Amino acid sequence: MAQPITRPDSQAGDSDREFTTVSGRAVQPVYSRADVAPDDLGANLPLPGEFPYTRGIHPSMYRGKLWTMRQFAGMGTAAQTNERFRFLLERGQTGLSTAFDNPTLYGWDSDHPLAEGEVGRTGVAVDSLQDMERLFASIPLDRVSTSMTINAPAAWIFTMFLANAERRGIPFEKLRGTLQNDILKEYIAQKEWIFPPQPHMRLITDLVSFCAEHVPQWNTISISGYHIREAGATAAQELAFTLQDGFTYVEHALAAGMSIDDFAPRLSFFFNSHLDFFEEIAKLRAARRIWARHMKERFGAQNPRSWLCRFHVQTAGCSLTAQQPEVNIVRTAIEALAGVLGGCQSLHTNSMDEALALPSDKAVEIALRTQQVIAFESGVANVADPLGGSYFVERLTRDLEDEAEAYFAQIERMGGMIKAIEKGFPQQEITRSAYEYQRAVSEKRKIVVGVNEFANEDEQLHIPILEIDESVERDQLAALKTLRESRDNLAVSASLEALERAARGKENLIPSLLDCSRVYATEGEITRVLIDVFGEFREQAFF
Amino acid sequence: MSEHPIKVVVGKPGLDGHDRGAKVVARALVEAGMEVVYLGLRQTPESIVAAALEEDADVIGLSVLSGAHMTHFTRVRALMEENGLGDRLLTGGGIIPTKDQETLSKLGVGKLFGPGDDPNAIVGYIHEWMATHPRGDV
Repeated sequence: MAQPITRPDSQAGDSDREFTTVSGRAVQPVYSRADVAPDDLGANLPLPGEFPYTRGIHPSMYRGKLWTMRQFAGMGTAAQTNERFRFLLERGQTGLSTAFDNPTLYGWDSDHPLAEGEVGRTGVAVDSLQDMERLFASIPLDRVSTSMTINAPAAWIFTMFLANAERRGIPFEKLRGTLQNDILKEYIAQKEWIFPPQPHMRLITDLVSFCAEHVPQWNTISISGYHIREAGATAAQELAFTLQDGFTYVEHALAAGMSIDDFAPRLSFFFNSHLDFFEEIAKLRAARRIWARHMKERFGAQNPRSWLCRFHVQTAGCSLTAQQPEVNIVRTAIEALAGVLGGCQSLHTNSMDEALALPSDKAVEIALRTQQVIAFESGVANVADPLGGSYFVERLTRDLEDEAEAYFAQIERMGGMIKAIEKGFPQQEITRSAYEYQRAVSEKRKIVVGVNEFANEDEQLHIPILEIDESVERDQLAALKTLRESRDNLAVSASLEALERAARGKENLIPSLLDCSRVYATEGEITRVLIDVFGEFREQAFF
Repeated sequence: MSEHPIKVVVGKPGLDGHDRGAKVVARALVEAGMEVVYLGLRQTPESIVAAALEEDADVIGLSVLSGAHMTHFTRVRALMEENGLGDRLLTGGGIIPTKDQETLSKLGVGKLFGPGDDPNAIVGYIHEWMATHPRGDV
């Protein structure tokens, strides 16, 4: 039996401990009225549902509607992921979220040389409309909302989704869901780009415009801080870079001639919820206030729906440990609670085994149950923004807002976010923060339970690990080969030629992409045509 | 000890943008006195081994969080043997299940690290390996 483990210096008084948040922010021993701006106090603090929505986007928050429990899922072939989707829906999940494999995320078919060994590994492999049909088979797309985490090739994966709905007779107006479609954070953090920024921005603007007209319930961009945080950013950096990305999309859509209230209500956000409980809640509250203020006062939006920062939250993958993975259930519960107290509209809770592999069925079920305990047992969903008016939370909210504004000003001086990205500014800020955090852990200024303290050297792993069978890649390649032989290849060539002409011109590209998708042109074939027109992006490696 | 600093080529093979760990480790190796050639993203096993040959690297470090570790580590190890780099260390890290680490170890891949491991442990491992594995050509 393992020895009970005690931290040797845990009795040694508090004076030599560092009292900082996970982002390195120093915090006081106590907060009082004197620490809070008069605007954030008492009757001056607007209620939930009131501009600038610091306290939430609805007056009664989760009494009216609970957050959507949306677990990110995807692995292997489309048929396997379809099974996981149905497993989750049967267990009470209320929305779907699709994880694609790396070749799909990078715009390549499963038979591309760089795809070898990657097919179906960290998500589902989708090469064409055929896979999209299998992925959503028997799922009522007019009743279940569907989120798709895809960015660089988002436009043509979405047109495959639309083509599938069309074949099933589901009108575009009834489709509800979200496309991540956020390329700026790809350059900043996740690094799944295809083209240089300008053609990607054109595709995003085309999609925003197409959906405003034809797919009105679809969230066209999920402006994402999640990956920025996972790459090592602090809470303030996540907040600032994400909202600045949001402003950049707004500016591009306005420059393309759209009016703000025609597209802004369909923009949504995606934030991380890390372990530092109050700082995360404050970050989410600050995000709503900043967005509302900028949309109304800077961009002149009139429709209150344009002012709302609606967001999905995912607990922090980077906070999970490979050591004693069961303890990750506790970490995730704390992070999920922060997401709920921060007023999220949907939530993904990570599974305990994700520092080891893709999650097993058992681990996914516990993660979903964690949300259900928060929703139905803890009582926290009964009251809107229960932390509103807390001296500490209000002060943190204000501080995070001020720090974000300082970054906005700095980025504007560089000529805007795209210029800043080209200079590597946000990337370098994040890399620096990641290194500082690692040093703090190495020097034990930050404690990670079971890792740099309270480690159990006798640990034996007792949880199941999901394995992706090697047959997935073989099966996917065989299906792709059959498709290429059996489809109408003349129609495919004609649609790809039309796409190339459109790409060389100025017109909206979504109708041409939809035509390609309808005749089963593959993702990689479309990517190839567009690379010929737009070129490829190359990153300057640095560390 | 050799007079030259230990030279490490660090790269991310395949389609995987998770470069936080690779960058943090690269910097920790530099601070420990090693020379690091960071190749960045979207490398192939061929490009990584070519760089190691050109740089006459002592160590190749791969970072793989995409699940394609079996493919990439196996290929890089085979290319190292083919190109006369069989006496150099191939190490790395990522999300790599223990069972796969054991399989790779049998193919001549060194220790692999994962979430929670301290960069200093990697530094220590490389020093120890270098001290116990003199190069074939000296």
